[in-house]
Amino acid sequence: MSIFINKSSRVVIQGLTGQHGSFHAEESIKIGTQVVAGVTPGKGGTKHLGIPVFDTVHEAVARTGADVAGIFVPPPFAADAIMEAIDTGIRTIVVVADGIPVQDMVRVKRYSAGRDVVIVGPNTPGVITPNECKVGIMPAHIYKPGMIGVVSRSGTLNYEAVEQMAEYKLGQSTCVGIGGDTVTGTDFLTVMRAFKGDPDTEAVVMIGEIGGSQEIEAAAWAKDHLGKPLVCFIAGLTAPSRRRMGHAGAVIAGPADTAAAKMERIEALGAHVVRNPSKIGEAVHHALR
Amino acid sequence: MNIHEYQAKELLRQYAVPVPAGSVAHSVEQAVAVAEELGVSRFVIKAQIHAGGRGKAGGVKLAHTVEEVRAATDEMIGRPLITAQTGPQGQRVQRVLIEQAVDIAREHYFGFVIDRASQRITIIACDGGGVEIEETARNEPARIVREAVDPAVGLLDFQCRKVAAHLGLGGKHLPAAVKLMKALYRCFRDNDAVLIEINPLAVTLDGQLLALDAKMQFDDNAIYRRPHISNLRDFDEEDPKEVEAAAHGLNYIALEGNVGCIVNGAGLAMATMDAIALHGGRPANFLDVGGGASPEKVANAFRIVLLDKNVKAVLVNIFAGINRCDWVAEGIVRAMRELNVKVPVVVRLAGTNVEQGRAVLAQSGLNFLTANNLDDAAAMAVRATSGATAHEHLYK
Repeated sequence: MSIFINKSSRVVIQGLTGQHGSFHAEESIKIGTQVVAGVTPGKGGTKHLGIPVFDTVHEAVARTGADVAGIFVPPPFAADAIMEAIDTGIRTIVVVADGIPVQDMVRVKRYSAGRDVVIVGPNTPGVITPNECKVGIMPAHIYKPGMIGVVSRSGTLNYEAVEQMAEYKLGQSTCVGIGGDTVTGTDFLTVMRAFKGDPDTEAVVMIGEIGGSQEIEAAAWAKDHLGKPLVCFIAGLTAPSRRRMGHAGAVIAGPADTAAAKMERIEALGAHVVRNPSKIGEAVHHALR
Repeated sequence: MNIHEYQAKELLRQYAVPVPAGSVAHSVEQAVAVAEELGVSRFVIKAQIHAGGRGKAGGVKLAHTVEEVRAATDEMIGRPLITAQTGPQGQRVQRVLIEQAVDIAREHYFGFVIDRASQRITIIACDGGGVEIEETARNEPARIVREAVDPAVGLLDFQCRKVAAHLGLGGKHLPAAVKLMKALYRCFRDNDAVLIEINPLAVTLDGQLLALDAKMQFDDNAIYRRPHISNLRDFDEEDPKEVEAAAHGLNYIALEGNVGCIVNGAGLAMATMDAIALHGGRPANFLDVGGGASPEKVANAFRIVLLDKNVKAVLVNIFAGINRCDWVAEGIVRAMRELNVKVPVVVRLAGTNVEQGRAVLAQSGLNFLTANNLDDAAAMAVRATSGATAHEHLYK
């Protein structure tokens, strides 16, 4: 099994005809992803990569039965695109767009409140269930089917962890990037709850970074509820105070935001904390024994 | 993006938020002219730099005469001001704000932020002014009030009254307090701010509410739609290397170590710095080349990293997803040739087109240290710095 997406997922790509949407749709089709529709306002009725393109997500859903949306539209239009997807009742939305104004995301969060939808991102490498379905931009060939669930704020650290796991012949159930922004669609806790409900996920890797407390909230929940080993790394031990380290949300505003403080709290909550970013794979291997 | 206090106060005036009478001066002569025009009996001279902690560092002075304004301005303008936030080299003061000094009865902290917990625009206020809000929130949480704004309806009057009551701004102060909070909210919302901090918000002896200081930060991702804010950017307040990096689509932050870092992705860039530290070294910078890095972009990254003369080795760590290792390798080779790089360069490539990338490096005939994983790469880079000049570790 897996979380959020699998081989039965029917994916609509918003922004399919753009350079990024086009490239990454093709890449994801290579691993078996069913990309059933594209949406580009003004290009409805055409085909792109042999895939039907619609003006609206509603049409795409009605005509193709799409149930997962991947959003590759430019940041100024992304919030509208997300809300359009929400309005159709699609329950899994992956927002790859990077650089969405934070107040736009505040409105998106309000719009999605109380609805049964998981919004992954923005600024996410996406979601991948190896050899079944990918909605995102990660290099699919490094991901292998297996029993480890991976959730990270960073994209490249997700790749890094996965590559390290390969040395120990550990594959992944599903890997999720939640994105590095201050206001994100979904958080660590939401993804961790999903991993709990997936019988094929035997352990969870959480890769966080400086800023905020969502890693601690997720670890606190995991302590009593996850019922599976949790391995955690927090990036940014050497990050200076008050500087935004690439990600909008990666900033140390107070002592609790530091990597050291977060790792200490998470360790006290019973998770396997790994302090060396090169030893994530090894830590997962040990946690499973 | 940050702006100066005087710019923030000009913006506040547009929203009818009361601020002290005053104006910015770029020279001693201008300061004197501003003081004469104000024609008051007491002045405040405030150094305009982005970093906080100005008061304790001598960047805020009181004056009773125009001559004292002249003297105070003369002491500040053109000189570095070293505060707790500037670093030891300080920040050169290019302009000062001259204001009428006011008689303060009470001070409060009042701010709007994008709150991570509520994921909404949120008021944070404290009954005491001039406080370090993070510290107060930690040590005396009961003094802090938070009020999140539902974006569907905006900031409501009753929410303002709640906050005002907490601050002791009830009764006769209430109408002005509500008006001020709603104006600040509009200013925050309509300019895509991510922080507005009024610290202190003062009640004067004659009963007026006044924003005595103002700090504002704006969302870099929304600047494209706020040209009037973008125009307020002061490049003198930023590290020139960081400005140049941004112009090339690179995210660079200067640090104090000697291992230059060129990495893709913010998370991996931080982790690479951490790995260097775990091996006993110190990173010279954070640098994220981003996605789709062209050979030009990588070559520019090298150039910017090497502008820092402390750099004794460069570590390139690329895990290509949407990047291509062969492009990155071409950029490395180009940079090595064009810039005549003399420090050791450690390269770790992984992900998309990794074999082609390694081939480009091998065929170049240049001298690289190649690493197969992050741990080895960090260890090799740290060793390379100490091998070059053993005493270099002793700086600062």
